Amino acid sequence: MQRFIAEVLLPLFPTKSVGPLGLEALDDGAVLSLPEGHLVVTTDSHVVKPLVFPGGDIGKLAACGTLNDLAVMGARPLAVTLGLVVEEGFPIDELKRHLVSFSSVLEKFGVALVAGDTKVMGNGELDGLILSTAGVGIAEKFVPDAGLEPGDRIIVTGTVGDHGMAVLAAREGLPVEGGIESDVAPIWPLVEKALAMGGVKAMKDPTRGGLAAALNEMARKAGVGIFVREHEIPVRLEVKGIAELIGISPLALACEGRAVIGVSPDKAHAILEAIREDPLGHKARIIGEAVEEYPGKVILETEVGGRRYLEMPLGDPVPRIC
Amino acid sequence: MCLAVPVKVVAVMGNEATVDLGGVQSRARLDLLGEKVKPGDYILVHTGFAIRRLDPADAEETLKLFDELLSADEEGV
Amino acid sequence: MKKESNLFRLRDPARAEQLARALLRLAPSKSVKIVHVCGTHEAAIAEYGLRSLLPEGVKVYEGPGCPVCVTSTVDINLAVMLALEEEVVLCTFGDMLRVPGTELTLEEARAQGADIRVVLSAADAVRIARESPEKEVVFFAVGFETTAPGTAAVLLETPPENFSVLCSHKLIPPALEALLSENTEVDGFLAPGHVSTIIGSDAYRDLVEQFRVPVVVGGFEPLDILYALALILRQLRAGRAAVENAYPRAVRPGGNIRAKELMERAFQVVDAAWRGIGVIPASGLGIRDELARFDARNRFGIEAEAGEEEPPGCRCPEVIMAKAVPTDCPLFGTACTPLSPVGPCMVGVEGACSIWYRYGERPRL
Repeated sequence: MQRFIAEVLLPLFPTKSVGPLGLEALDDGAVLSLPEGHLVVTTDSHVVKPLVFPGGDIGKLAACGTLNDLAVMGARPLAVTLGLVVEEGFPIDELKRHLVSFSSVLEKFGVALVAGDTKVMGNGELDGLILSTAGVGIAEKFVPDAGLEPGDRIIVTGTVGDHGMAVLAAREGLPVEGGIESDVAPIWPLVEKALAMGGVKAMKDPTRGGLAAALNEMARKAGVGIFVREHEIPVRLEVKGIAELIGISPLALACEGRAVIGVSPDKAHAILEAIREDPLGHKARIIGEAVEEYPGKVILETEVGGRRYLEMPLGDPVPRIC
Repeated sequence: MCLAVPVKVVAVMGNEATVDLGGVQSRARLDLLGEKVKPGDYILVHTGFAIRRLDPADAEETLKLFDELLSADEEGV
Repeated sequence: MKKESNLFRLRDPARAEQLARALLRLAPSKSVKIVHVCGTHEAAIAEYGLRSLLPEGVKVYEGPGCPVCVTSTVDINLAVMLALEEEVVLCTFGDMLRVPGTELTLEEARAQGADIRVVLSAADAVRIARESPEKEVVFFAVGFETTAPGTAAVLLETPPENFSVLCSHKLIPPALEALLSENTEVDGFLAPGHVSTIIGSDAYRDLVEQFRVPVVVGGFEPLDILYALALILRQLRAGRAAVENAYPRAVRPGGNIRAKELMERAFQVVDAAWRGIGVIPASGLGIRDELARFDARNRFGIEAEAGEEEPPGCRCPEVIMAKAVPTDCPLFGTACTPLSPVGPCMVGVEGACSIWYRYGERPRL
């Protein structure tokens, strides 16, 4: 184990500290030096089946997931920790590839891996690999989920459901070929552009449960209704095609490189333009607005002009034939 | 129970067709059809089996049916 | 290319509004009860928010149209039991995973180590059997006439010896007849488009003659459904009862002859137990004796044990017979939710209760 840490793990993470004591000290904890602002902390355990999917792997997913949780709080990522839980007999080369994916996301932003831990568990006690992370970031002005007020516009920063569909197709061995890739990516640069315009009031990353879950949480926490128009919601044709074939809704599928942002109406177009300048934001759209009616609920105007509640998704979507 | 979607045939190999789903490809068996299909045709697929060949002209026809109902209804009621 | 592929997507809001206005004009002053028998209809009605476009007095109910919901607990138990056998790989449609048997769902059995694969087609199950000759691959076949021909096709093309089918296919016309015999308040039927693609619109003629109720075959695009409902209202207004085909691009009077032939060759009609309803004579499909070696019931010597009841308070039997809507049930949304379902209508994703829970009632904004 010591050898693995010294010879494999440490060399993979060039940035090891943001203060006097970092990962290279292999001490019991890290010491960080903080700039001005609010300290934002997040934690998450990352599992995904399969570990490698079109467009990414568990390493990239864990890094992006952690940084994106910070980003949607309005925080510039500073440092992360990694708790690595590995199934006995897991091939070391494969592990190394996942760690390289993890590291390369951090390096892009100069984010340090400041502390870590490694555990091995028995065969069959887990499904290959769990990456547990904590992330620390600094926000000048933090953005809560709950900040929506009636009249605020809702922006989604790109196509929804790409990640969920890519993983589902890989996991269930759906007989489809070509084209579907996870959107997993770090969104801080995009978020930073939006924040710079002023007027960002609420923000979430639509991961588990997708856009539907994110909107429901934002509506509940702010005590407002959210009205969205289906024809404004960007969905890739490929994702839509497969979703119809297997009877699931792209709106309930996870994204790993998108944000849902509530903004003041007077700033909405300026923010949208700023987001569209980011490489991840070309397909950003204003999909609806917060309303006074139906507090805590999300109302969807469907493609055909009907209206219904967009409910909180339950469980993971499973392909259906009915 | 009967989720079936209209898809376009890209290629035919024996009793199986490659079909297009908005840019990604999937496959469908053709055993249940009493007629031949060729690339460019549309088929209605349920659980991996084509259950009917669709004619785009019939889709236009459907719209005409709607309009007939609407105009008859305007006059008659 | 994009425009072309949209030819079959009938979702234009302007036309929907026109059709909604037509429905309003055609609706009688008293309220009417229209029953459809297809989970995919219910899903489309809910997903596109169509109830918000219907006149107040036009009530649309889901009858026994979800093969997941009506699959008997006996069959679910058999599937769970087989799946837990060491050498068995059980293949089924994703819809079946969360349906509770007496003790376990297939999903729970999977968590206990059972090898259960979600397939999108009977042909996928056969492929898995070919790839794993050391395993017994069982396809748990559910569904109505739309789905059964696919199962028939793989049974008739000599599948590998390690492949078998646990057959729970059911037939729609006998269920309609059972429903009409018991529920006299049905004003009209929206007949299932894709079942009708196979059996043909003529299959409903006897029913209309016997019960004098309008039957209109409808497609699944939102405009198809609105149009079919309008035709039912038009018949009611004229005091007529006839079979009308509102989905001619996919349904012929005689149906899909080849698919019917394959079903005929692979299956025999048997009595079948419907969850929430009970046994309906001649309403199910069993595998023909010539193909008995591919019948999982035969192969594993398993016998169904009879008898099942829904838990106290559950009104699923009435929901399935279109006598109640989900919100009439005291358990709905409290004791019974999609994550911990009590009755069969909450278990399948296309069960009426599950759909009502997930999509909610009609919002008025």
